[in-house]
Amino acid sequence: MDAGVIIAGILTLAIYTFLYRDNPIYKAAESLLIGLSIGYALVIYWQTTLVDRLFTPLFSRGELNLMVPLILGLLMFSRFTRRFSWLSRIPIALMIGAGAGVAIPAMLYARTLKQISASVAPLIGKGGGFNFEALVVAVGLLSTLAYFYFSREHKGVVGTAAKVGTYFLMVFFGATFGYTVMSRMSTFIGRIDFLLTDFLRLLA
Amino acid sequence: MQQRLPVLICFVAGILMFLQYFSRHPVARTVFVSINDYWQIIFAFTLLVGVAAFGKSNLRQIGRGIDTPYRFIALSGLVIMPVLAIIGGIKIDSPFQWAFEYMLAPMQATVFSLLAFFVASASYRGFRARNLQAAVLLGAALIVLIGRVPISEMISDSFPKVTFWIQNYPSMSARRGILIGIGLGSMTTALRVILGIERTYLRGE
Repeated sequence: MDAGVIIAGILTLAIYTFLYRDNPIYKAAESLLIGLSIGYALVIYWQTTLVDRLFTPLFSRGELNLMVPLILGLLMFSRFTRRFSWLSRIPIALMIGAGAGVAIPAMLYARTLKQISASVAPLIGKGGGFNFEALVVAVGLLSTLAYFYFSREHKGVVGTAAKVGTYFLMVFFGATFGYTVMSRMSTFIGRIDFLLTDFLRLLA
Repeated sequence: MQQRLPVLICFVAGILMFLQYFSRHPVARTVFVSINDYWQIIFAFTLLVGVAAFGKSNLRQIGRGIDTPYRFIALSGLVIMPVLAIIGGIKIDSPFQWAFEYMLAPMQATVFSLLAFFVASASYRGFRARNLQAAVLLGAALIVLIGRVPISEMISDSFPKVTFWIQNYPSMSARRGILIGIGLGSMTTALRVILGIERTYLRGE
């Protein structure tokens, strides 16, 4: 049997021991997972970002403008000194500011305008028939927004709309829950299939 | 100086990135690409800082004799991946990718699948149709659960259709309402950050 399959099988079983209770075997596997995940991310970011985007263009092609992110990046390490730790705020401020600047138009377009335009459909279809789904979407969207509208007390029309909105939210939470459970179940089935077929070879 | 300089940098970077969205001028494009590149490079450095802090914290705990075996295992996992990458590179048939395929990926998938048990356990304890709203939630969850497996077609041909309808109309409309709320909230927070009203990122040493 392939050594990789044996190791993968043992590590899979080590993680599943947690179903019995928290135990040293699970803790060891969990610690290994944390270490390997960080090590993997470190290697990938080192190669794809620092080497490919910074060190190679800066030191091989002489793109001196990249001295700016290099210095800003090195300033991050000032967090380890008490006296100069405030310098790490400079690269953080650049990242936060740039992220916020990009987020405003992106959020306006993708999370607001696009969602509104996708929710507005004619109530009368092309064949002249009533488009029930368009009505459901419009009522659902408006009532959900009414539920999250806290500038007015939920009384009268707003209160009724907010009440209807809770039912739409319950449908959303239920559907999302069902979908999530099924995705986790399919992963579980995949792991059990691996254990029975590849590792233990009980299934041909 | 320690407060004003970061706030000023945040303001300038935020305004530049916001304004470039409305301009087709090549300079605006260059500013966007440059700051975006800088962002990713600085992010990689923050990861290095995180790794250094992780190593430092674990070594300190080992020095105090707290969970020593587990700390050693975590640190060895952290060291193994870069060592394998240095020895054999990160190409598809390298030892680094072998470690990813047979160690990291199976453990990640297994931890992910563990959640199936906890979700099932939590729902068994928490799902009670105490009122109409809870009953609607329970009904929608059960319909989607059953509707996404082949057995639903054996029960009724319309089962998958009902599942599809629930997910694409009432559920989607509520999802859009939430997304619009997230969008408006994100924009407000971003504006507060750029204008220096929101300064929580300046906290900590």
